[in-house]
Amino acid sequence: MTSTTATPARTGFSPSEYIVCLNGIVWREALRFLHQRERFVSALVRPLVWLFIFAAGFRQVLGISIIPPYETYILYEVYIAPGLMAMIQLFNGMQSSLSMVYDREMGNMRTLLVSPLPRGYLLFCKLLAGTAVSLLQVYAFLVIAWFWDIAPPTIGYLTVLPALVLSGLMLGALGMLISSGIKQLENFAGVMNFVIFPMFFASSALYPLWRVQEGSPMLYYVCQCNPFTHAVELIRFALYGKMNWVSLAVVGGCTVVFMAGAILAYDPSRGLVRRGPGGGEA
Amino acid sequence: MTATDAHIASQPLPDAAPAGQPALSIGNVSHSYGPRRALIDVDFTVAPASFTALLGLNGAGKSTLFSLVTRLFGIQTGRISIFGHDISRAPGEALRLLGVVFQPRTLDLDLSLTQNLLYHAALHGISRREARLRSAEVLDRIKLADRAASKVRDLSGGQMRRLEIARALLHRPRLLLLDEATVGLDVKARADILDHVRQLVTEQGIGVLWATHLFDEIMPSDDLVVLHQGRMLAHGKVSRVIAEAGAQDVNTAFMRLTGTATLNGKPA
Repeated sequence: MTSTTATPARTGFSPSEYIVCLNGIVWREALRFLHQRERFVSALVRPLVWLFIFAAGFRQVLGISIIPPYETYILYEVYIAPGLMAMIQLFNGMQSSLSMVYDREMGNMRTLLVSPLPRGYLLFCKLLAGTAVSLLQVYAFLVIAWFWDIAPPTIGYLTVLPALVLSGLMLGALGMLISSGIKQLENFAGVMNFVIFPMFFASSALYPLWRVQEGSPMLYYVCQCNPFTHAVELIRFALYGKMNWVSLAVVGGCTVVFMAGAILAYDPSRGLVRRGPGGGEA
Repeated sequence: MTATDAHIASQPLPDAAPAGQPALSIGNVSHSYGPRRALIDVDFTVAPASFTALLGLNGAGKSTLFSLVTRLFGIQTGRISIFGHDISRAPGEALRLLGVVFQPRTLDLDLSLTQNLLYHAALHGISRREARLRSAEVLDRIKLADRAASKVRDLSGGQMRRLEIARALLHRPRLLLLDEATVGLDVKARADILDHVRQLVTEQGIGVLWATHLFDEIMPSDDLVVLHQGRMLAHGKVSRVIAEAGAQDVNTAFMRLTGTATLNGKPA
Protein backbone atom coordinates (compact mmCIF):
# COMPACT_ATOMS: atom_id res chain seq x y z
CA MET A 1 0.00 0.00 0.00
CA THR A 2 2.47 2.57 -1.16
CA SER A 3 1.12 5.94 -1.91
CA THR A 4 3.60 8.66 -2.61
CA THR A 5 4.50 11.04 -5.30
CA ALA A 6 8.07 9.72 -5.35
CA THR A 7 6.89 6.12 -5.63
CA PRO A 8 3.90 5.99 -7.96
CA ALA A 9 0.79 5.34 -5.93
CA ARG A 10 -1.59 2.48 -6.59
CA THR A 11 -4.39 4.11 -8.46
CA GLY A 12 -7.83 2.68 -8.96
CA PHE A 13 -9.10 -0.62 -7.70
CA SER A 14 -8.94 -4.11 -9.12
CA PRO A 15 -12.15 -5.94 -10.09
CA SER A 16 -11.61 -8.35 -7.21
CA GLU A 17 -11.60 -5.45 -4.74
CA TYR A 18 -14.94 -4.29 -6.11
CA ILE A 19 -16.36 -7.80 -5.80
CA VAL A 20 -15.02 -8.23 -2.26
CA CYS A 21 -16.63 -4.94 -1.29
CA LEU A 22 -19.99 -5.92 -2.81
CA ASN A 23 -19.91 -9.30 -1.08
CA GLY A 24 -19.09 -7.63 2.23
CA ILE A 25 -21.96 -5.16 2.03
CA VAL A 26 -24.50 -7.81 0.98
CA TRP A 27 -23.21 -10.16 3.69
CA ARG A 28 -23.59 -7.49 6.37
CA GLU A 29 -27.11 -6.59 5.20
CA ALA A 30 -28.09 -10.27 5.28
CA LEU A 31 -26.61 -10.66 8.79
CA ARG A 32 -28.54 -7.66 10.04
CA PHE A 33 -31.70 -9.01 8.49
CA LEU A 34 -31.21 -12.39 10.13
CA HIS A 35 -30.61 -10.70 13.46
CA GLN A 36 -33.88 -8.83 13.12
CA ARG A 37 -36.26 -11.76 12.88
CA GLU A 38 -39.20 -9.62 13.81
CA ARG A 39 -38.47 -7.53 10.72
CA PHE A 40 -38.79 -10.65 8.57
CA VAL A 41 -42.00 -11.68 10.27
CA SER A 42 -43.59 -8.25 10.01
CA ALA A 43 -42.50 -7.99 6.37
CA LEU A 44 -44.47 -11.19 5.74
CA VAL A 45 -47.44 -10.51 7.98
CA ARG A 46 -48.27 -7.22 6.26
CA PRO A 47 -49.01 -8.65 2.78
CA LEU A 48 -50.56 -11.77 4.25
CA VAL A 49 -53.09 -9.68 6.16
CA TRP A 50 -54.01 -8.03 2.88
CA LEU A 51 -54.21 -11.39 1.16
CA PHE A 52 -56.09 -13.38 3.79
CA ILE A 53 -58.40 -10.71 5.15
CA PHE A 54 -58.71 -7.76 2.81
CA ALA A 55 -58.80 -9.81 -0.38
CA ALA A 56 -61.24 -12.31 1.11
CA GLY A 57 -63.58 -9.49 2.04
CA PHE A 58 -63.34 -7.71 -1.28
CA ARG A 59 -63.56 -10.80 -3.43
CA GLN A 60 -67.31 -10.42 -3.77
CA VAL A 61 -67.25 -6.67 -4.24
CA LEU A 62 -64.57 -6.30 -6.88
CA GLY A 63 -65.01 -8.31 -10.04
CA ILE A 64 -61.97 -8.67 -12.23
CA SER A 65 -62.57 -8.90 -15.96
CA ILE A 66 -60.10 -10.62 -18.24
CA ILE A 67 -57.19 -8.23 -18.63
CA PRO A 68 -53.62 -8.89 -19.71
CA PRO A 69 -51.60 -10.79 -18.66
CA TYR A 70 -54.47 -12.98 -17.45
CA GLU A 71 -56.18 -15.18 -20.03
CA THR A 72 -59.17 -16.11 -17.95
CA TYR A 73 -61.23 -14.84 -15.05
CA ILE A 74 -59.24 -14.74 -11.85
CA LEU A 75 -59.93 -14.42 -8.18
CA TYR A 76 -59.25 -11.10 -6.53
CA GLU A 77 -56.50 -12.73 -4.44
CA VAL A 78 -54.71 -13.69 -7.62
CA TYR A 79 -55.03 -10.14 -8.91
CA ILE A 80 -53.54 -8.45 -5.86
CA ALA A 81 -50.66 -10.91 -5.34
CA PRO A 82 -48.23 -8.99 -7.63
CA GLY A 83 -49.24 -5.75 -5.94
CA LEU A 84 -48.46 -7.27 -2.56
CA MET A 85 -45.10 -8.49 -3.85
CA ALA A 86 -44.32 -4.95 -4.91
CA MET A 87 -45.60 -3.72 -1.56
CA ILE A 88 -43.06 -5.93 0.20
CA GLN A 89 -40.36 -4.31 -1.87
CA LEU A 90 -41.74 -0.84 -1.26
CA PHE A 91 -41.68 -1.33 2.49
CA ASN A 92 -38.27 -2.95 2.29
CA GLY A 93 -36.92 0.00 0.31
CA MET A 94 -38.27 2.42 2.90
CA GLN A 95 -36.96 0.21 5.70
CA SER A 96 -33.50 0.38 4.15
CA SER A 97 -33.91 4.11 3.92
CA LEU A 98 -34.89 4.19 7.59
CA SER A 99 -31.84 2.14 8.51
CA MET A 100 -29.62 4.54 6.55
CA VAL A 101 -31.01 7.47 8.53
CA TYR A 102 -30.50 5.48 11.73
CA ASP A 103 -26.95 4.54 10.72
CA ARG A 104 -26.24 8.17 9.93
CA GLU A 105 -27.50 9.30 13.31
CA MET A 106 -25.65 6.53 15.15
CA GLY A 107 -22.46 7.04 13.17
CA ASN A 108 -22.34 3.59 11.50
CA MET A 109 -22.81 5.17 8.09
CA ARG A 110 -19.38 6.77 8.34
CA THR A 111 -17.75 3.36 8.19
CA LEU A 112 -19.24 2.91 4.75
CA LEU A 113 -18.64 6.43 3.49
CA VAL A 114 -14.93 6.61 4.39
CA SER A 115 -14.19 3.51 2.33
CA PRO A 116 -11.73 4.38 -0.44
CA LEU A 117 -13.91 2.82 -3.12
CA PRO A 118 -16.03 5.24 -5.18
CA ARG A 119 -19.00 6.43 -3.19
CA GLY A 120 -21.45 5.82 -6.02
CA TYR A 121 -20.34 2.21 -6.12
CA LEU A 122 -20.73 1.85 -2.35
CA LEU A 123 -24.29 3.16 -2.54
CA PHE A 124 -25.04 0.84 -5.44
CA CYS A 125 -23.76 -2.11 -3.38
CA LYS A 126 -25.97 -1.02 -0.52
CA LEU A 127 -28.89 -0.90 -2.93
CA LEU A 128 -28.16 -4.37 -4.28
CA ALA A 129 -27.91 -5.70 -0.73
CA GLY A 130 -31.33 -4.25 0.13
CA THR A 131 -32.80 -5.72 -3.04
CA ALA A 132 -31.38 -9.16 -2.21
CA VAL A 133 -33.09 -9.00 1.18
CA SER A 134 -36.39 -8.01 -0.45
CA LEU A 135 -36.15 -11.02 -2.78
CA LEU A 136 -35.98 -13.34 0.22
CA GLN A 137 -39.14 -11.78 1.58
CA VAL A 138 -41.02 -11.91 -1.73
CA TYR A 139 -40.21 -15.55 -2.37
CA ALA A 140 -41.22 -16.46 1.18
CA PHE A 141 -44.54 -14.70 0.47
CA LEU A 142 -44.93 -16.61 -2.81
CA VAL A 143 -44.43 -19.91 -1.00
CA ILE A 144 -47.18 -19.10 1.50
CA ALA A 145 -49.43 -17.73 -1.27
CA TRP A 146 -49.05 -21.01 -3.15
CA PHE A 147 -50.85 -22.75 -0.31
CA TRP A 148 -53.63 -20.19 -0.75
CA ASP A 149 -54.10 -21.33 -4.35
CA ILE A 150 -52.20 -18.44 -5.85
CA ALA A 151 -50.10 -20.49 -8.17
CA PRO A 152 -48.68 -18.80 -11.26
CA PRO A 153 -47.08 -20.99 -13.93
CA THR A 154 -43.99 -22.69 -12.56
CA ILE A 155 -41.77 -20.81 -15.00
CA GLY A 156 -43.25 -17.61 -13.60
CA TYR A 157 -41.25 -18.04 -10.39
CA LEU A 158 -38.14 -17.73 -12.51
CA THR A 159 -39.25 -15.10 -15.03
CA VAL A 160 -40.39 -12.80 -12.25
CA LEU A 161 -36.90 -12.68 -10.75
CA PRO A 162 -35.41 -10.04 -13.10
CA ALA A 163 -38.55 -7.94 -12.68
CA LEU A 164 -38.23 -8.16 -8.91
CA VAL A 165 -34.58 -7.19 -9.06
CA LEU A 166 -35.36 -4.14 -11.17
CA SER A 167 -38.35 -3.04 -9.10
CA GLY A 168 -36.35 -3.67 -5.91
CA LEU A 169 -33.56 -1.46 -7.22
CA MET A 170 -36.01 1.29 -8.15
CA LEU A 171 -37.78 1.31 -4.80
CA GLY A 172 -34.50 0.98 -2.90
CA ALA A 173 -33.00 3.89 -4.85
CA LEU A 174 -36.09 5.95 -4.06
CA GLY A 175 -35.66 5.11 -0.37
CA MET A 176 -32.00 6.06 -0.53
CA LEU A 177 -32.82 9.37 -2.17
CA ILE A 178 -35.45 10.06 0.49
CA SER A 179 -33.02 9.14 3.28
CA SER A 180 -30.60 11.80 2.08
CA GLY A 181 -33.20 14.47 2.73
CA ILE A 182 -34.26 13.30 6.19
CA LYS A 183 -32.37 15.01 8.97
CA GLN A 184 -33.67 13.07 11.94
CA LEU A 185 -35.16 9.69 12.58
CA GLU A 186 -38.30 11.27 14.01
CA ASN A 187 -39.06 12.82 10.63
CA PHE A 188 -39.33 9.40 9.09
CA ALA A 189 -42.97 8.97 10.04
CA GLY A 190 -43.73 11.49 7.30
CA VAL A 191 -42.40 9.05 4.76
CA MET A 192 -45.22 6.69 5.64
CA ASN A 193 -47.85 9.34 5.06
CA PHE A 194 -46.33 11.12 2.10
CA VAL A 195 -44.61 8.33 0.20
CA ILE A 196 -45.67 4.79 1.05
CA PHE A 197 -49.43 5.20 1.35
CA PRO A 198 -49.94 7.48 -1.68
CA MET A 199 -47.67 5.31 -3.83
CA PHE A 200 -49.42 2.13 -2.80
CA PHE A 201 -53.04 3.28 -3.01
CA ALA A 202 -52.63 5.38 -6.17
CA SER A 203 -51.49 2.38 -8.15
CA SER A 204 -52.78 -0.76 -9.80
CA ALA A 205 -51.79 -2.87 -6.80
CA LEU A 206 -55.31 -3.25 -5.41
CA TYR A 207 -57.55 -2.50 -8.36
CA PRO A 208 -57.18 -2.47 -12.13
CA LEU A 209 -56.73 0.99 -13.58
CA TRP A 210 -59.73 0.71 -15.88
CA ARG A 211 -61.86 0.63 -12.74
CA VAL A 212 -60.11 3.68 -11.39
CA GLN A 213 -60.70 5.46 -14.69
CA GLU A 214 -64.42 4.82 -14.41
CA GLY A 215 -64.47 6.44 -10.99
CA SER A 216 -62.02 9.30 -11.43
CA PRO A 217 -60.16 10.09 -14.66
CA MET A 218 -57.87 12.42 -12.72
CA LEU A 219 -56.83 9.67 -10.29
CA TYR A 220 -56.32 7.39 -13.27
CA TYR A 221 -53.68 9.74 -14.67
CA VAL A 222 -52.05 10.05 -11.27
CA CYS A 223 -51.88 6.24 -11.10
CA GLN A 224 -50.40 6.12 -14.59
CA CYS A 225 -47.66 8.53 -13.56
CA ASN A 226 -46.89 6.59 -10.40
CA PRO A 227 -43.71 4.52 -10.88
CA PHE A 228 -45.04 2.02 -8.34
CA THR A 229 -47.91 1.18 -10.74
CA HIS A 230 -45.34 0.21 -13.34
CA ALA A 231 -43.35 -1.84 -10.82
CA VAL A 232 -46.56 -3.75 -10.04
CA GLU A 233 -47.38 -4.27 -13.70
CA LEU A 234 -43.83 -5.33 -14.53
CA ILE A 235 -44.02 -7.96 -11.79
CA ARG A 236 -47.56 -9.01 -12.77
CA PHE A 237 -46.62 -9.63 -16.39
CA ALA A 238 -43.30 -11.30 -15.52
CA LEU A 239 -45.04 -13.63 -13.10
CA TYR A 240 -46.99 -14.99 -16.07
CA GLY A 241 -43.96 -15.14 -18.36
CA LYS A 242 -44.88 -11.98 -20.24
CA MET A 243 -43.27 -8.60 -20.72
CA ASN A 244 -44.79 -5.18 -20.24
CA TRP A 245 -42.41 -2.98 -22.19
CA VAL A 246 -43.84 0.34 -21.04
CA SER A 247 -43.49 -0.66 -17.41
CA LEU A 248 -39.99 -1.94 -18.04
CA ALA A 249 -38.99 1.41 -19.55
CA VAL A 250 -40.59 3.42 -16.72
CA VAL A 251 -39.10 1.27 -13.95
CA GLY A 252 -35.68 1.21 -15.62
CA GLY A 253 -35.73 4.95 -16.20
CA CYS A 254 -36.88 5.74 -12.67
CA THR A 255 -34.17 3.45 -11.24
CA VAL A 256 -31.50 5.42 -13.10
CA VAL A 257 -32.96 8.79 -12.08
CA PHE A 258 -33.45 7.87 -8.39
CA MET A 259 -29.99 6.29 -8.18
CA ALA A 260 -28.34 9.30 -9.80
CA GLY A 261 -30.19 11.55 -7.37
CA ALA A 262 -29.05 9.47 -4.39
CA ILE A 263 -25.42 9.47 -5.55
CA LEU A 264 -25.60 13.22 -6.06
CA ALA A 265 -27.19 13.68 -2.65
CA TYR A 266 -24.46 11.69 -0.92
CA ASP A 267 -21.65 13.35 -2.87
CA PRO A 268 -19.80 15.45 -0.30
CA SER A 269 -19.09 18.28 -2.70
CA ARG A 270 -22.54 18.58 -4.21
CA GLY A 271 -24.72 16.74 -1.75
CA LEU A 272 -28.18 17.69 -0.71
CA VAL A 273 -27.60 16.13 2.72
CA ARG A 274 -27.75 18.81 5.32
CA ARG A 275 -24.40 19.26 6.98
CA GLY A 276 -23.80 20.87 10.23
CA PRO A 277 -23.39 20.22 13.89
CA GLY A 278 -26.44 18.36 15.03
CA GLY A 279 -27.94 18.56 11.65
CA GLY A 280 -27.02 15.14 10.56
CA GLU A 281 -24.36 14.45 8.08
CA ALA A 282 -23.39 12.26 5.25
CA MET B 1 4.18 -20.77 16.16
CA THR B 2 0.44 -20.44 15.48
CA ALA B 3 -0.99 -19.60 12.09
CA THR B 4 -1.69 -16.09 13.32
CA ASP B 5 1.83 -15.65 14.64
CA ALA B 6 3.22 -16.88 11.37
CA HIS B 7 1.05 -14.41 9.49
CA ILE B 8 2.18 -11.54 11.71
CA ALA B 9 5.80 -12.54 11.20
CA SER B 10 5.37 -12.69 7.44
CA GLN B 11 3.74 -9.28 7.18
CA PRO B 12 5.95 -6.37 6.20
CA LEU B 13 5.76 -3.29 8.33
CA PRO B 14 3.55 -0.61 6.86
CA ASP B 15 5.12 1.17 3.91
CA ALA B 16 7.73 3.76 4.75
CA ALA B 17 6.49 7.30 4.53
CA PRO B 18 7.80 9.15 1.51
CA ALA B 19 10.53 11.64 2.25
CA GLY B 20 9.33 15.20 2.13
CA GLN B 21 5.62 14.36 2.03
CA PRO B 22 3.58 15.25 5.11
CA ALA B 23 1.20 12.55 6.27
CA LEU B 24 -1.54 15.17 6.34
CA SER B 25 -1.54 18.62 4.87
CA ILE B 26 -4.32 21.07 5.71
CA GLY B 27 -3.93 24.09 3.45
CA ASN B 28 -5.87 27.26 4.27
CA VAL B 29 -9.11 25.41 4.91
CA SER B 30 -12.27 27.34 5.73
CA HIS B 31 -15.76 25.92 6.22
CA SER B 32 -19.14 27.45 7.00
CA TYR B 33 -22.53 26.12 8.04
CA GLY B 34 -24.70 28.73 6.44
CA PRO B 35 -23.69 32.04 7.97
CA ARG B 36 -21.73 30.41 10.80
CA ARG B 37 -18.03 29.97 10.13
CA ALA B 38 -16.78 26.71 11.66
CA LEU B 39 -13.22 26.83 10.32
CA ILE B 40 -11.30 29.90 9.29
CA ASP B 41 -8.13 29.58 7.24
CA VAL B 42 -6.76 26.57 9.12
CA ASP B 43 -3.31 25.60 7.87
CA PHE B 44 -0.96 22.95 9.31
CA THR B 45 0.71 19.65 8.55
CA VAL B 46 1.13 16.35 10.36
CA ALA B 47 4.48 14.65 9.80
CA PRO B 48 4.77 10.90 9.31
CA ALA B 49 5.65 9.00 12.49
CA SER B 50 4.57 11.90 14.66
CA PHE B 51 1.89 12.45 17.27
CA THR B 52 0.00 15.70 16.73
CA ALA B 53 -2.53 16.79 19.30
CA LEU B 54 -5.40 18.91 18.03
CA LEU B 55 -6.49 20.80 21.11
CA GLY B 56 -9.70 22.76 21.32
CA LEU B 57 -12.88 23.27 23.28
CA ASN B 58 -16.11 21.65 22.22
CA GLY B 59 -17.27 23.51 19.14
CA ALA B 60 -13.75 24.61 18.20
CA GLY B 61 -14.11 22.95 14.78
CA LYS B 62 -12.24 19.70 15.42
CA SER B 63 -15.03 17.40 14.25
CA THR B 64 -15.69 19.59 11.22
CA LEU B 65 -12.04 19.32 10.30
CA PHE B 66 -12.20 15.53 10.67
CA SER B 67 -15.30 15.39 8.49
CA LEU B 68 -13.45 17.33 5.80
CA VAL B 69 -10.36 15.12 5.97
CA THR B 70 -12.49 11.97 5.76
CA ARG B 71 -14.52 13.44 2.89
CA LEU B 72 -17.80 13.25 4.76
CA PHE B 73 -18.09 16.95 3.94
CA GLY B 74 -16.95 18.59 0.74
CA ILE B 75 -14.15 21.13 0.98
CA GLN B 76 -15.45 24.66 0.46
CA THR B 77 -12.15 26.54 0.59
CA GLY B 78 -8.58 25.31 0.79
CA ARG B 79 -6.87 22.02 0.11
CA ILE B 80 -6.38 18.81 2.07
CA SER B 81 -3.98 16.07 1.06
CA ILE B 82 -2.82 12.80 2.58
CA PHE B 83 0.72 11.85 1.62
CA GLY B 84 0.41 14.15 -1.35
CA HIS B 85 -2.95 12.83 -2.54
CA ASP B 86 -5.56 15.55 -2.78
CA ILE B 87 -8.66 14.36 -0.94
CA SER B 88 -10.96 16.02 -3.48
CA ARG B 89 -9.19 14.95 -6.65
CA ALA B 90 -7.88 11.52 -5.65
CA PRO B 91 -10.11 10.45 -2.75
CA GLY B 92 -9.53 6.72 -3.28
CA GLU B 93 -5.75 6.99 -3.04
CA ALA B 94 -5.98 9.35 -0.07
CA LEU B 95 -8.53 7.31 1.89
CA ARG B 96 -6.53 4.11 1.38
CA LEU B 97 -3.82 5.62 3.56
CA LEU B 98 -6.17 6.85 6.23
CA GLY B 99 -7.56 5.17 9.34
CA VAL B 100 -10.22 6.96 11.38
CA VAL B 101 -11.73 6.65 14.83
CA PHE B 102 -14.72 8.95 15.05
CA GLN B 103 -16.01 10.46 18.25
CA PRO B 104 -19.36 8.64 18.13
CA ARG B 105 -19.17 4.87 18.18
CA THR B 106 -19.37 3.52 14.64
CA LEU B 107 -19.39 -0.20 15.40
CA ASP B 108 -22.37 -2.38 14.58
CA LEU B 109 -23.49 -3.46 18.03
CA ASP B 110 -25.44 -6.50 16.83
CA LEU B 111 -22.51 -8.01 14.97
CA SER B 112 -19.60 -9.84 16.55
CA LEU B 113 -16.12 -8.36 16.85
CA THR B 114 -14.87 -10.45 13.95
CA GLN B 115 -17.89 -9.60 11.81
CA ASN B 116 -17.29 -5.89 12.35
CA LEU B 117 -13.68 -6.29 11.32
CA LEU B 118 -14.54 -8.39 8.27
CA TYR B 119 -17.06 -5.78 7.14
CA HIS B 120 -14.45 -3.04 7.40
CA ALA B 121 -11.94 -5.17 5.51
CA ALA B 122 -14.45 -5.78 2.73
CA LEU B 123 -15.02 -2.04 2.39
CA HIS B 124 -11.30 -1.76 1.68
CA GLY B 125 -11.33 -4.60 -0.83
CA ILE B 126 -9.36 -7.00 1.39
CA SER B 127 -10.14 -10.62 0.56
CA ARG B 128 -12.03 -12.68 3.12
CA ARG B 129 -9.08 -15.01 3.73
CA GLU B 130 -6.66 -12.16 4.33
CA ALA B 131 -9.26 -10.30 6.39
CA ARG B 132 -9.70 -13.30 8.70
CA LEU B 133 -5.97 -13.50 9.30
CA ARG B 134 -5.68 -9.78 9.95
CA SER B 135 -8.73 -9.81 12.23
CA ALA B 136 -7.28 -12.61 14.33
CA GLU B 137 -4.00 -10.70 14.44
CA VAL B 138 -5.47 -7.40 15.63
CA LEU B 139 -7.81 -9.04 18.14
CA ASP B 140 -4.80 -10.82 19.53
CA ARG B 141 -2.93 -7.55 19.82
CA ILE B 142 -5.72 -5.78 21.66
CA LYS B 143 -6.24 -8.82 23.87
CA LEU B 144 -9.79 -9.47 22.73
CA ALA B 145 -9.15 -12.70 20.84
CA ASP B 146 -11.25 -14.66 23.32
CA ARG B 147 -14.20 -12.34 22.63
CA ALA B 148 -13.97 -12.61 18.84
CA ALA B 149 -17.42 -14.18 18.49
CA SER B 150 -19.13 -12.01 21.10
CA LYS B 151 -21.50 -9.27 20.12
CA VAL B 152 -19.98 -5.82 20.26
CA ARG B 153 -22.77 -4.58 22.53
CA ASP B 154 -21.38 -6.87 25.26
CA LEU B 155 -18.04 -5.01 25.36
CA SER B 156 -17.09 -2.24 27.76
CA GLY B 157 -16.54 1.31 26.49
CA GLY B 158 -12.76 0.90 26.61
CA GLN B 159 -12.89 -2.41 24.76
CA MET B 160 -15.07 -0.87 22.07
CA ARG B 161 -12.58 1.93 21.59
CA ARG B 162 -9.70 -0.53 21.34
CA LEU B 163 -11.68 -2.46 18.78
CA GLU B 164 -12.38 0.71 16.81
CA ILE B 165 -8.69 1.56 16.77
CA ALA B 166 -7.83 -1.99 15.72
CA ARG B 167 -10.43 -1.75 12.97
CA ALA B 168 -9.03 1.56 11.77
CA LEU B 169 -5.62 -0.12 11.42
CA LEU B 170 -6.88 -3.24 9.66
CA HIS B 171 -6.13 -1.94 6.16
CA ARG B 172 -2.68 -0.75 7.32
CA PRO B 173 -3.07 2.99 6.93
CA ARG B 174 -0.17 5.43 7.25
CA LEU B 175 -2.18 8.16 8.94
CA LEU B 176 -4.56 7.69 11.86
CA LEU B 177 -7.14 10.26 12.94
CA LEU B 178 -8.77 9.95 16.35
CA ASP B 179 -11.53 12.33 17.33
CA GLU B 180 -11.76 12.54 21.13
CA ALA B 181 -11.25 8.80 21.31
CA THR B 182 -11.07 8.69 25.11
CA VAL B 183 -14.29 10.55 25.86
CA GLY B 184 -16.41 8.69 28.38
CA LEU B 185 -13.68 6.24 29.42
CA ASP B 186 -12.22 5.72 32.87
CA VAL B 187 -8.69 6.79 33.71
CA LYS B 188 -7.09 3.42 33.10
CA ALA B 189 -8.84 2.81 29.79
CA ARG B 190 -7.79 6.31 28.67
CA ALA B 191 -4.17 5.68 29.58
CA ASP B 192 -4.17 2.28 27.85
CA ILE B 193 -5.55 3.69 24.64
CA LEU B 194 -3.18 6.62 24.62
CA ASP B 195 -0.20 4.30 25.21
CA HIS B 196 -1.38 2.03 22.44
CA VAL B 197 -1.65 4.89 19.96
CA ARG B 198 1.76 6.30 20.92
CA GLN B 199 3.25 2.86 20.33
CA LEU B 200 1.81 2.87 16.83
CA VAL B 201 3.76 6.07 16.17
CA THR B 202 7.09 4.81 17.49
CA GLU B 203 6.87 1.18 16.38
CA GLN B 204 5.01 1.42 13.10
CA GLY B 205 5.79 4.97 12.02
CA ILE B 206 2.15 5.95 11.70
CA GLY B 207 1.30 9.64 11.71
CA VAL B 208 -1.39 10.41 14.29
CA LEU B 209 -3.74 13.36 14.61
CA TRP B 210 -5.33 13.16 18.06
CA ALA B 211 -8.20 15.55 18.68
CA THR B 212 -8.78 16.26 22.34
CA HIS B 213 -9.85 18.82 24.87
CA LEU B 214 -7.91 17.19 27.71
CA PHE B 215 -4.53 18.74 28.51
CA ASP B 216 -3.19 15.69 30.35
CA GLU B 217 -3.25 13.71 27.11
CA ILE B 218 -0.56 15.94 25.63
CA MET B 219 3.17 15.32 26.10
CA PRO B 220 6.00 17.86 25.68
CA SER B 221 7.42 15.94 22.71
CA ASP B 222 4.15 16.09 20.78
CA ASP B 223 3.24 18.48 18.04
CA LEU B 224 0.35 20.70 18.99
CA VAL B 225 -2.35 22.52 17.05
CA VAL B 226 -4.56 24.84 19.08
CA LEU B 227 -7.96 25.41 17.52
CA HIS B 228 -10.39 27.91 18.95
CA GLN B 229 -13.68 29.10 17.49
CA GLY B 230 -12.59 27.79 14.10
CA ARG B 231 -9.24 29.60 14.09
CA MET B 232 -5.83 28.02 14.48
CA LEU B 233 -4.08 29.93 17.25
CA ALA B 234 -0.83 27.98 17.49
CA HIS B 235 1.04 25.15 15.79
CA GLY B 236 4.38 23.59 16.68
CA LYS B 237 6.13 21.49 19.29
CA VAL B 238 4.34 21.67 22.61
CA SER B 239 7.42 23.17 24.27
CA ARG B 240 7.59 25.90 21.64
CA VAL B 241 3.90 26.72 21.89
CA ILE B 242 4.25 26.99 25.68
CA ALA B 243 7.31 29.20 25.37
CA GLU B 244 5.74 31.47 22.77
CA ALA B 245 2.71 31.91 24.98
CA GLY B 246 5.02 32.82 27.87
CA ALA B 247 3.47 30.06 29.98
CA GLN B 248 4.69 27.21 32.16
CA ASP B 249 2.47 24.44 30.86
CA VAL B 250 -0.08 23.58 28.18
CA ASN B 251 -2.92 24.43 30.47
CA THR B 252 -1.78 28.02 30.98
CA ALA B 253 -0.65 28.40 27.39
CA PHE B 254 -4.09 27.41 26.17
CA MET B 255 -5.74 29.80 28.59
CA ARG B 256 -3.56 32.69 27.43
CA LEU B 257 -4.00 31.90 23.75
CA THR B 258 -7.75 31.56 23.90
CA GLY B 259 -8.57 33.87 26.77
CA THR B 260 -10.57 31.12 28.46
CA ALA B 261 -10.39 29.83 32.00
CA THR B 262 -9.49 26.24 32.78
CA LEU B 263 -10.44 23.99 35.63
CA ASN B 264 -8.67 20.84 36.79
CA GLY B 265 -6.90 20.28 33.53
CA LYS B 266 -10.01 20.81 31.43
CA PRO B 267 -11.16 23.93 29.70
CA ALA B 268 -13.88 25.48 31.84
